[in-house]
Amino acid sequence: MKTGNFIQVRVFCTAHEIDPEFISSLQELGLLELVAENGPAVIPHHQLPSLERMTRLHRDLGINAAGIGALEQLLERMEQMREEMRVLKNRLSFYDTLL
Amino acid sequence: MERITKKLFENVAWYPNETKETSAGFYTWERCSFPASKRINMAYIDYYKALGLEKSATEKDIKSAYRKLARKYHPDLNPDDKEANKRFQEINEANEVLSDPEKRKKYDQYGENWQHADAYGQAGKQQGGRGYGGGRGNGATGGYNFDDLGGDNDFSDFFSSMFGGGGGSRSAKFRGQDYHAELRLELRDAAETHKQTITVNGKNIRITIPAGVENGQIIKIAGHGAQGVNGGPAGDLLITFVIKDDPRFKRHGNDLHATMNLSLFTAVLGGEATAETLTGKVKVKVAPETQNGTRIKLKGKGFPVYKKEGQHGDLYITYQVQIPVNLTDRQKELFKQLAES
Repeated sequence: MKTGNFIQVRVFCTAHEIDPEFISSLQELGLLELVAENGPAVIPHHQLPSLERMTRLHRDLGINAAGIGALEQLLERMEQMREEMRVLKNRLSFYDTLL
Repeated sequence: MERITKKLFENVAWYPNETKETSAGFYTWERCSFPASKRINMAYIDYYKALGLEKSATEKDIKSAYRKLARKYHPDLNPDDKEANKRFQEINEANEVLSDPEKRKKYDQYGENWQHADAYGQAGKQQGGRGYGGGRGNGATGGYNFDDLGGDNDFSDFFSSMFGGGGGSRSAKFRGQDYHAELRLELRDAAETHKQTITVNGKNIRITIPAGVENGQIIKIAGHGAQGVNGGPAGDLLITFVIKDDPRFKRHGNDLHATMNLSLFTAVLGGEATAETLTGKVKVKVAPETQNGTRIKLKGKGFPVYKKEGQHGDLYITYQVQIPVNLTDRQKELFKQLAES
């Protein structure tokens, strides 16, 4: 069984009080990659930030896995736009100094 | 550096209402300890008002109002929005109370007089057990003694006093909280890869700041956030760089722009001039009859390209031709001759 930088799905679900079915749905939709080698499925640590965010959205807002998939795409797009905005702000600030 | 230390310290010394604010978009359910002195001034919170409901609201109304507002203010959907995070905390707390029949009953019963809940409880007992035991008061003063609350909470002080703890079901978390900090750099500092020591939670961390970092850029230092829980990984330290304006150079991506004074005689007759770059002075050839406002490009003398060693942008210099002043009569005469020729 994998140890170290992994958390068992069962442990994660118990702690966050969520149905393991939710984790399976995320995996099926490609939103989460689980590792399962000769033992129970485990979650790599590096996936925890996004999984925890998805768990919060599911728990707090009642959004299902498919909805979270769409939301994740929108959030990613929002992040790209924020980055574009940052670059444009810097550019605008440059032109402001020329006035 | 002092600034980052202070900010990080504020983040580490989390209090219920501040945890979500200072974490800039990443909120946590982790419980934290805080001194009793921080919990004395408690204000009544109208949970019905927080959810935009009347007291007669049904369970369905409460659920619906919570979902609607939570969608609007959820921290994961409003990253870096402190107001939204604060509002979400209020909504969440209101839902925690109003969606639980027992808690709602107690809240409805004591409501604005929650501070006297203990006294009411004592009176109730004396009068035959009417009402609730009320809060966690010490009975001797009729007020609250917060020392016995245990100090574990992520809800408001008002909530703690009424219900003695947090939401109950949301105490576990694996990954530590991310810390957010801001680091101010001079433009010239950002042009060189250098190491800097910052203090996080009392520990010194030596970080390498790559040359070419941009204003507003965020660098993640993995594993230097809050410690994880139950063997989970630590959070990350996210540093936002703020690059100060430089009086001499304006940055535009990887290019730099500057102005340079040029004497009228050099502009007219041509010659050499000395231009200042980020790395020192260089000689430039000035063509005869150079016009005011002419812009030249010094290739590779701009800003270093982020994480591309040896690559630089260009430096653009705009000439500002200086008109001579305090001319002698002889010089004026020569200009007249020039004008008439």
